Amino acid sequence: MDPIIILQAGVASGTVLLFATIGEIFTERSGILNLGLEGMMLIGAMSAYKTALATGNPWLGMFVAMLVAGLLSQVHALITIQFQADQVVSGLALTFLGTGLSLVFGEGLSKAGAVALLPSFSIPGLVSIPFIGPIMFEDQSVMVYLGYLLVPLAWYYINRTRPGLHLRAIGEYPAAADALGINVNRLRYFYVLVGGMLAGVAGATISLAVSPGWFSHLTTSGQGWIAIGLVIFAQWDPIRAAGGSYAFGALRRMILDIQGPLKIFGLRNPFYYNPYWGFFLQMLPYAFTIVVLVIGSREAIRKRMGAPAALGLPYIRGERGM
Amino acid sequence: MDDHLNVVELRGITKQFPGVLANDQVDFTLRSGEIHALLGENGAGKSTLVNILTGLYRPDKGTIRVNGEVVDLRSPRDAIDNGIGMVHQHFMLVPTQTVTENILLGLDEPRFNMNLSHYDQIISDLGVQYGLQVDPRARIWQLSVGEQQRVEILKMLYRGANVLIMDEPTAVLAPQEIQELFITLRSMIAEGKSIIFISHKLDEVMAIADRITVLRKGKLSAEGLLVKDITKQDLAREMVGRDVLFQLNKVEQTPGDTVLAVEGLKAINNKGIQALRGLSLHVAAGEIVGVAGVAGNGQTELAEAITGLRPITEGRVIVHGQTLIEGNLSGQRRSSHVRQVIDAGVSHIPEDRTHVGTAPNLSITDNLIMKGYRQPPIARGWSIDSLSANTQAETLREAYDIMAPTVNTPARLLSGGNLQRLILAREISCEPKLMIAMQPTRGLDVGAIESVQRLLLQQRENGAAILLISEELEELSSLSDRIYVIYEGEIMGEVKEADPETLGLMMTGTRQEDLVEARKVSQ
Amino acid sequence: MTTKPSLLAQYRNGARFRLRMEPRMEQPGWLGLIVSLGAVTFALVLGGFVLMLVGGDPIRAYAFMAKAAFGDIGVFSDTLVKATPLILVSLAAVVAFRMRLWNIGAEGQFYLGAFGASLVVLTPLLPPETSPWLMIPAMMVMGMLAGALWGFIPGYLKAKYNVNEIISTLMMNYIAVAWNNYFIFDVWSEGGFQMSRQFPKTAWLPRLTDYAAQVPVFRGLTIHLGFVIALIAAGVVWWIMYRSRWGYEIRLIGDNPRAARYAGINIVRNTILVMMLSGALAGLGGMLEISGVVHRLQGAISSGYGFTGIIIAWLAKLNPILVVPISILFGGLLLAGREIQPSGIPMLIQGIILVCLIGSDFLFRNRIRLVRVGQEA
Repeated sequence: MDPIIILQAGVASGTVLLFATIGEIFTERSGILNLGLEGMMLIGAMSAYKTALATGNPWLGMFVAMLVAGLLSQVHALITIQFQADQVVSGLALTFLGTGLSLVFGEGLSKAGAVALLPSFSIPGLVSIPFIGPIMFEDQSVMVYLGYLLVPLAWYYINRTRPGLHLRAIGEYPAAADALGINVNRLRYFYVLVGGMLAGVAGATISLAVSPGWFSHLTTSGQGWIAIGLVIFAQWDPIRAAGGSYAFGALRRMILDIQGPLKIFGLRNPFYYNPYWGFFLQMLPYAFTIVVLVIGSREAIRKRMGAPAALGLPYIRGERGM
Repeated sequence: MDDHLNVVELRGITKQFPGVLANDQVDFTLRSGEIHALLGENGAGKSTLVNILTGLYRPDKGTIRVNGEVVDLRSPRDAIDNGIGMVHQHFMLVPTQTVTENILLGLDEPRFNMNLSHYDQIISDLGVQYGLQVDPRARIWQLSVGEQQRVEILKMLYRGANVLIMDEPTAVLAPQEIQELFITLRSMIAEGKSIIFISHKLDEVMAIADRITVLRKGKLSAEGLLVKDITKQDLAREMVGRDVLFQLNKVEQTPGDTVLAVEGLKAINNKGIQALRGLSLHVAAGEIVGVAGVAGNGQTELAEAITGLRPITEGRVIVHGQTLIEGNLSGQRRSSHVRQVIDAGVSHIPEDRTHVGTAPNLSITDNLIMKGYRQPPIARGWSIDSLSANTQAETLREAYDIMAPTVNTPARLLSGGNLQRLILAREISCEPKLMIAMQPTRGLDVGAIESVQRLLLQQRENGAAILLISEELEELSSLSDRIYVIYEGEIMGEVKEADPETLGLMMTGTRQEDLVEARKVSQ
Repeated sequence: MTTKPSLLAQYRNGARFRLRMEPRMEQPGWLGLIVSLGAVTFALVLGGFVLMLVGGDPIRAYAFMAKAAFGDIGVFSDTLVKATPLILVSLAAVVAFRMRLWNIGAEGQFYLGAFGASLVVLTPLLPPETSPWLMIPAMMVMGMLAGALWGFIPGYLKAKYNVNEIISTLMMNYIAVAWNNYFIFDVWSEGGFQMSRQFPKTAWLPRLTDYAAQVPVFRGLTIHLGFVIALIAAGVVWWIMYRSRWGYEIRLIGDNPRAARYAGINIVRNTILVMMLSGALAGLGGMLEISGVVHRLQGAISSGYGFTGIIIAWLAKLNPILVVPISILFGGLLLAGREIQPSGIPMLIQGIILVCLIGSDFLFRNRIRLVRVGQEA
């Protein structure tokens, strides 16, 4: 129960959530709700692992993961944008599809041999910063460092660039954007793709970096859903998303570690002596997600902010009866 | 025809939507440096024509010429590239973004990084040049309606628009602001622009336009009439196709007991701003009481407060002497309040007939029983007696002339007029003692407007108390026995006769007590 | 009268055409059925294609599945057994979705229902000698209460704090499994195995095969009373939705919440009640499964029934009666699919079916016309 280790592992496993959450932030900011994250992460994990296994190159695996998950996301985009189907049901269908495809094509993968993983390393200099150094920069996967870069880049893109302005506009008031010549639907296809690819990256991060291996649907064990909850908690802001993701990562590690020692803070460790209490620990991430949702929703009500106004609604040009 | 003087020329424009021919062989020309009004009722096809000109729709047939050259406008971008800019009636502004961000939206510059302060300055200067000052860093939701309109205009000027299309620009403005707008329009003409001014208000059109084109039911009724050559009656005839009866037969009668009394109502609107600031009024049996005012001064909140749909923080709503709703500071909305109001015999014709008054995918029958399903004969214990529901629906369909294939047709397939008839059928057939009617004739064609107004008068003769909230001063004056004027959530005054000058002054914030002073000043 | 030149002639003269989508004015009832069937067929073809990709033979696979599900009375009985929990979780989805409450937690409510029923037998709340006439209804009630509780929590959070129910119900699924596991592995564990002890016979729902002595042809038919209960539940839900005042309110809220508020309906209360009803139905499904099939509380009582139920509800266009035949079909799919390799195929096919269904819905609401591009001056 070493806090440094927990935070270190927290940052690592939180990176998975980070990629998925920021990807979904892009998608939702454009006005599309994509509930198929779990399926896309899973298929990303599976295809990354399978590719790395076959070619020995984990980066190729990552690339394939982005491709496959991105492709799947475009199915969702097609159904919701072109056919204007209900975004909630479509997302669920995509989860089934993604999960099903992963299970089918991932058959037998768990018995496969060792696979080349993505590199891990420390960053000299930064690693010497007291307290933060060992946590953030010591022997972390390359994906973790990429995650650090993603957060400020995503924030800057959304808030300080022209394409970011357009992104925000099509999610808030697509009719205004359309009247000024912005192709709302084409941009939405793009941002669904971005979200899908990042979900694929998240999945690949699991199978090729953070928790290497393939464990069929247990590989993601609901992290795609937690990511969607985190988007609400993050109030659609990448920086808050980072905070939430890393906190969750730390929580997951802590749950694992807490069952180990005989004593915690000098007291008898109940989780050691009653191993079945571990099931209650298992509940924690999911219960916490609910708590996080409540906090996020109440804040949205209070600040009268909240979701992009056009989230979940298909955009139809010149809809009569306004 | 001097082609080079015609900035825009439309010939033979035809556009079909499912179920309606919106434009039928329409011609239209805009000369350089003129204000050309496009007149017509709701549904005449003005919006469609103009949407074609701005690239939102493509015509099925016809040609568009800009400055003499034929153009194919495939998207709003094409229109803007050709110098055609539109200022919409419902502003197309993203509320959470700033003025500058809204103006920059959709442009290729800045390429990637946005240096907002640089553009803030440019826009500020542009505003000064045209007399349209706004704070570029303000967020849209913080601005007044008049200021938001200025942003819309600046948006188009920034893009180098030479032709400005103003779609019902005065709908949300107070009389003072309308005058300011007219001055702005004239100064833009002086700077070399040409303007298309869409309206259904004859007085304004006569005041501001050089030429007028009238559309009726999708067809061209009169093209390019010179304002100095025609009268209001002529225009009205062109618009409607027959001499419009500006008179309805209203029987003189003495009002009975007070049915509705509203005392000191205070309520907050959806943006968290105080919408009603201690408002009091009363309505007696057998009278129609109008509430006049520019849109956005608390009318919506007033109707919602009385019917229980909006919580009130202070004040009371009293029907037939019984306090139905009492204000409380927690501002909790209670569905029981709505129930109580309904059970007390109060009908409500809502402002928004599609999003509030009806359920789109439910059948006509299901929509008709919305208020009465808790009582027999529709209710039978825990269940609904579908036989009596359908029978009642059939009866109402006939009586109120609701045009639809069957009573099982989903409500979303009904036209606006028929939807309103459905709502009226539902709200009137239960013989209410009090009716709250909010914009009951908005968006309807002349025939429907007449029948709605007749129905209201009939209910008045039957002894119902009616509160009529409307933006159409003509409607209020022809129907009401008394008129209150609402401004920023308070009653400014109450009159029996609709004198436009008095009403105009009250609608822009002068209290009735101060009217004499105000008149002295303006002389 | 000149005749219009044929489309081909027009094309040769330089006319160009494009497809245009416009909303359909009337929607004949039969069209919905045709479109749905078409979508399912298309989905099956796609699924077969995927099967080929992984080296299977789709025709043989589908034929095998058809036989394995409906081939003879024995397997048909097994299909109906599989259909029983599906009917109930689909009804749970129907009830919630009608009000636009996206209850994805039927899976967890199912598990809690099993837990509630087990509580009666294993605590024990009723002694094993209790007559089945008391035991079984008690188990049903407890199962439904437990499911209702599991639905209440997300329902309350949604009503009070507008918490997104998709995520909250999903999270409750994971919590439910862990909850049950604790009792299965620890409190009620039998001999260290990951299951509870077997229920006394009085807690078993009667099966046809129980009467094999009297009626020999019943031997081996494991279809149990739960199927009948499921059919009754479908009828009850139909009555609630289409004949009762409550059902009218639910449908109105689902179609237009603002109109419902305008009509004086209490949305907060209905949100909670509907989630509880939905949870209770799923919970009943859980109870029927452990009392009719496995006769004990164990870990794997559901192979994703909750999610399949959503697909069935959507396929049935939220009609409680249609849910029954479609559940039977899917029951067959699940039963036969167990023998298919790879094991992800049934889930994949379900996913493809749902995707095609949703996509096809637009064909139902709009029609496509060939329009001529071009303008005559």
